[in-house]
Amino acid sequence: MSSTTINRSPISKPKSLLAKISQVSLPWRITLGYLTIMLLLPVAALLAKASTEKPSDFWRIATTPVALSTYEITFVTALVAALINGVFGVLVAWVLVRYDFPFKRFIDAAIDLPFALPTAVAGLTLATVYSENGWIGSLLAPLGIKVAFTRLGVGMAMIFITLPFVVRTLQPVLQEMEKDIEEAAWSLGASHWQTFWRVILPPLVPALLTGVALGFARAVGEYGSVVIVASNIPFKDLIASVLIIQRLEQYDYSGATVIGTVLLAISLLILLVINLLQAWGKKYET
Amino acid sequence: MKPKTATEEKVWVKLVLIGGAIAYLALVLFLPALNVFLQAFKFGLGAFFHHLTEPAFLSAARLTVIIALIVVPINTVFGLCAAWVIARNQFPGRTLLISILDIPFAVSPVVTGLMIVLLYGLNGWFGRFLEAVNIKIVFALPAMIFASAFITMPFIAREVIPVLEEAGTDQEEAAKTLGATDWQIFWSVTLPTIRWGLLYGLILTNARVMGEFGAVSVVSGNIIGKTQTLPLFVEDAYKAYESQAAFSASVVLAGLALVTLVLKEIVERKTQIKDVE
Repeated sequence: MSSTTINRSPISKPKSLLAKISQVSLPWRITLGYLTIMLLLPVAALLAKASTEKPSDFWRIATTPVALSTYEITFVTALVAALINGVFGVLVAWVLVRYDFPFKRFIDAAIDLPFALPTAVAGLTLATVYSENGWIGSLLAPLGIKVAFTRLGVGMAMIFITLPFVVRTLQPVLQEMEKDIEEAAWSLGASHWQTFWRVILPPLVPALLTGVALGFARAVGEYGSVVIVASNIPFKDLIASVLIIQRLEQYDYSGATVIGTVLLAISLLILLVINLLQAWGKKYET
Repeated sequence: MKPKTATEEKVWVKLVLIGGAIAYLALVLFLPALNVFLQAFKFGLGAFFHHLTEPAFLSAARLTVIIALIVVPINTVFGLCAAWVIARNQFPGRTLLISILDIPFAVSPVVTGLMIVLLYGLNGWFGRFLEAVNIKIVFALPAMIFASAFITMPFIAREVIPVLEEAGTDQEEAAKTLGATDWQIFWSVTLPTIRWGLLYGLILTNARVMGEFGAVSVVSGNIIGKTQTLPLFVEDAYKAYESQAAFSASVVLAGLALVTLVLKEIVERKTQIKDVE
C-alpha cells in the first residue's frame, strides 16, 4: 500500500503501470474467469458438439423441411413484428415527447412493462385476450380472424415483447431534436407530411433502425410467450426455439444442437449489425 | 394567415396521433395487462388466495426466490468487476469484450439452456465426471442457477459502465494519494458514485431472474414441487387447464413487474434530479 503512494509521485508513467497491474488483478481475474466459465465454455460446448457432425449431415439436419419452415416462421414473423413496432414506435415516442395529455407519465412508465413482465405471463394473457372468447379475439372471430394458436398469435406475442425497444431508442433523439428546424420548414410552406418525411424522419433513422434491430433480435430469440400463445404445430406456427426444445425432448441432441447453432450464428450476426448501427448513430450525432 | 391554419391543423393532428398511440398501446399492452388481474379475481379474493396457498405454488415461489437470492449477488460481483475493467482500462480487445458481454442478450434463452445441457448433461463434456462424483446439475437447482446467471449477466455492467465513465477517476485518485486502500476507495468513493446505476442494474437483474422462462425450462426438468419456478408453474397450470391457478400466480409475477417498474421510475427520477444538481 505505502509503496504505491510513494511510487506515484516522482515518476508516474512506468510505476503507475506497475501499480495498475498489482491492483488490476482481482477484478480482471473475476471478470475473465466468470466470462470463461459462464459464457465461453457453454458456447464452446455447443460449437464442439456441432462440429462432431459431418458438414453434410449438419447441412441435412439444418435444412430439413421442418427446420426450414421454423426459420421462415421465426424470422419473417419477427421481422414483421419489429417493423410494426417500428411504425407505431415512432408514433408513440412522438406523442410521448411532444404532446401533453392526461396520464402521460403513467403511460410512459408502462411502456417498459414488457421488459418487466415475465414472458410466460405475457403469453398466458395474450392467449386469453386474443382467443375466440377473449376480449379482442371475440371481436375478430366474426371476421374470420383467429389470433391465438395461429401464426398471428406468434406475431402478437413478438409485438408485445418488442414494444419498448423502438420507443426507448427514439425518445432521447426526439427530445434533443430542435423544434426550430420544423418550424422553419413550416414557415417555408412545407406541409405536415413533407415536414415529417424530409425534416423529422431523417435524423431519426439510425435510432429507428437500431430499435427495430434490437426488437428483431429479441423477437427471434423469444420463447416463453410464443410457446403459450401458439399451437406449436410444424409448418403452421412452430418457431425455431420451440423446435429445439422438441428435439431435446426426443433426446435428439444432434438435431437440437444443429438448429441451436444456426440460431446462435444468426443471433451473433444480428448483434454485429446492431453494433454497427449504433456506431453509425453516434457518428450522426456529432 | 399561414401560422393560424397551422396551429388549427395541429390540434386536430395532435388528437388523432394521441388517439392512435393510445389505441395501439391498449390493444398490445393495456388490455392484456388488465386481463391478468381480472381473470385472477374473476371468482373473488377467496379463490385467488386459495390458489396461492397450494403447495405447488408455494414451492415454486420459494424456488424462484432462492434462485434470485443466489444469482443476483453473484452477477452483482461480476457486473461490478466487469464494469471496472471496461470503464477504467484501455486495452486491446476492449470493444470485443463489450460485445462478448452482450451475447446473453442476443442469444435465444432456449439456446442458452441447450448449451448448459450440452456442457453438464449426461452426454455433455462434464457429464461423466459429474455422474462419477454424484453431483446433479442438469434437471436440478445448479443448472437453473447457471441458466439464470447467464441470461442476466450483462445488466449490471451495462448500467454501471456509463456512470463510471462519466464520473472520471479524479476522486478515486485523490483518495489514493490520501492513502486509502483499494477497498476503502471502493466503499467510500466508487460505490456512492455508482449507486443509482448499480441499483438500476440490480432491479433489472432481479426482475429478469425471477421471470426467466425459456432457459430455465430447458434445464429444469420442470418437476412439480422440486424444480419448478413460478413462470414454469404458470405454464404448467395453464396447460393442465387450471387457468385460474395460472392467473393467480401470474398476478404475483405481474405484481413483481409493477414493483420493478415503480422502482425503475424512482431511480430514473433520482438520477435526473442528481443531474440537475
